[in-house]
Amino acid sequence: MERSVTVATPSGSRRSPRSGVAPQQADATVRRRRRRLIGLLVLVLVLLASVLASIAIGSKPIALADVWHALATPTGTEDDIVIGSLRVPRTMLGLVVGISLGVAGALMQGHTRNPLADPGLLGVNQGAAFAIVLSIFMLRTDDIYTLVWFGFAGALVATVAVFALGSVGRGGPTPVTLALAGAAISALLYALTSALVLLDAQSLEAFRFWRSGSLAGRDPEIVLQVLPFLVAGLVLALVNSPGLNALSLGEDVARSLGQSVMLTRVVGIAAVTLLTGAAVSACGPIGFVGLVVPHMARAITGPDYRWLLPYSGLLGAIMLLVADVVGRVVARPGELQVGIMLALVGAPFFLVLVRRRRLVRL
Amino acid sequence: MTAAARVRLRAEGLSLGYGENRVVEGLDLDVIDGTITAVIGPNGCGKSTLLRALGRLLAPQEGHVLLDGKRIDKTPTREVAKIVGVLPQTPVAPDGLTVGDLVARGRHPHQAWYRQWSADDEGAVSEALRMTGMLEFAERTLDQLSGGQRQRAWISMALAQGTDLLLLDEPTTYLDLAHQVDVLDLVQQLHDQAGRTVIMVLHDLNLAARYSDRLIAMRDGKIVAQGAPQDVLTEQLLSDVFDLDARVVPDPVAGTPLVVPIGSRHRVRVDSAAPADDTM
Repeated sequence: MERSVTVATPSGSRRSPRSGVAPQQADATVRRRRRRLIGLLVLVLVLLASVLASIAIGSKPIALADVWHALATPTGTEDDIVIGSLRVPRTMLGLVVGISLGVAGALMQGHTRNPLADPGLLGVNQGAAFAIVLSIFMLRTDDIYTLVWFGFAGALVATVAVFALGSVGRGGPTPVTLALAGAAISALLYALTSALVLLDAQSLEAFRFWRSGSLAGRDPEIVLQVLPFLVAGLVLALVNSPGLNALSLGEDVARSLGQSVMLTRVVGIAAVTLLTGAAVSACGPIGFVGLVVPHMARAITGPDYRWLLPYSGLLGAIMLLVADVVGRVVARPGELQVGIMLALVGAPFFLVLVRRRRLVRL
Repeated sequence: MTAAARVRLRAEGLSLGYGENRVVEGLDLDVIDGTITAVIGPNGCGKSTLLRALGRLLAPQEGHVLLDGKRIDKTPTREVAKIVGVLPQTPVAPDGLTVGDLVARGRHPHQAWYRQWSADDEGAVSEALRMTGMLEFAERTLDQLSGGQRQRAWISMALAQGTDLLLLDEPTTYLDLAHQVDVLDLVQQLHDQAGRTVIMVLHDLNLAARYSDRLIAMRDGKIVAQGAPQDVLTEQLLSDVFDLDARVVPDPVAGTPLVVPIGSRHRVRVDSAAPADDTM
């Protein structure tokens, strides 16, 4: 160490007397960091605007003054009730689920080095779906709380099974074996789910509601139910980002840099499972956010996961909220479910993204 | 070498392989502080495997590797990462990664969640970029660089890691001759100016002889010969290790052994000393 700091800039000043180039490099780093921080701030503002829009706009438009009234000093007017019991819970759900799916997508693409990976790659969605149908079938319940817990448990079990199956081979879990195991287990669970749904009409009804992928009509309490898991997932994701940065230089380089590959993978996949499992149990499978958002974020931040993850989270929430709001407006007086809206907007957007640049190497 | 020869890295009865497939069998090896060691041998002789084991990227099936007298597999990997840096043969990087960011990632073992980026890190990164002549490319992304520059960028990363020992797996792969010399000059400079101990796998025998203090010749997972290049690189050894008929003459520039392969086209003529009149 000591030998490598011969022209090190002393901690106080950035100007090195010997070379005029080193300070430029340091300045460029500082400039870039400032730019990224400003970008983050802008996204936070856009997100706030989306949250307000999501509260104000709907089949019954509400003026911003009345929105403020309902949030600050609700007096039980009709608008207050709509906002307090419907719009705010729905918006909060969109906010946390959007953040989760964005972050989970970036993690999943990073860990599998696959630009087309989405958070459901390791069987989380199918695991939740199967567990929910099974619990409807066996317990004859449509109590949403019960279903959320079963969905979450199913997501966890499916991921653990995929991880175990993907680790059997000699090299341990690799991006390819994980993706293959995910595809195999998903296919199996999908077949089992379909069989149950075909056998039983009641399961079909409840399942159809769950699987539509919507922020509407979910119980307000659900946000609070899944919140601890989302927070835990986000903390794990942030802890995982330096390790993922090392791992993106290849497993050998990561090991050489003193990073445990196995530990990094386990933490990363645990984070994805918590985030996606909670999100999917709360509002059904929502596609495209986890797939598209990391690409948007990467175009701004480059491949540094310490920036990429926060950007993906904010962009995910913005995208989900905006799509939900647009879905309420386009089909008045009815509304389009956010899952459908996202596919309508997301698919062309993704095509443009793929065509504009060759697909990124991760 | 004024200081007493100190063993930095030692392999004891090392057997390596992947599953059932043994690649290296019962190998012993000492790496002396402050030397440049080149490992040579035919394809598949286990030299890259040996390098990975020395850098604790591969767990031995038998035997062990000692770093400064301590078992490397019993030392926390982050501590090892401050002493030994390993550069694989063709490392991969995500798209859009700049040279500056890549080199900064070399500081990974010196960072923790409570200590993200220090003046030490900043200094080590600028110094690494300066030594490799990559300062002016710091803002470029890796895919905008030529092969030689890219290799320099990776070496900068290993340099910023601030390790005494550098393990390089074929650092000259895919480079033309001028860039091979360029990269090896850089390795020499790291040794001379920064005091690094270097172990590298090389394919080019003449360059290996030029740039190393010590040559290790391997075949079928065993060390056939080791020592100073002029002692190791003999016509007999080339025949034993590579099944290669060659003349070894003194390198007109450095005086190190120069391998001149014979090949089937010239075998007869060399034997009969017939004049070559149909060279094309």
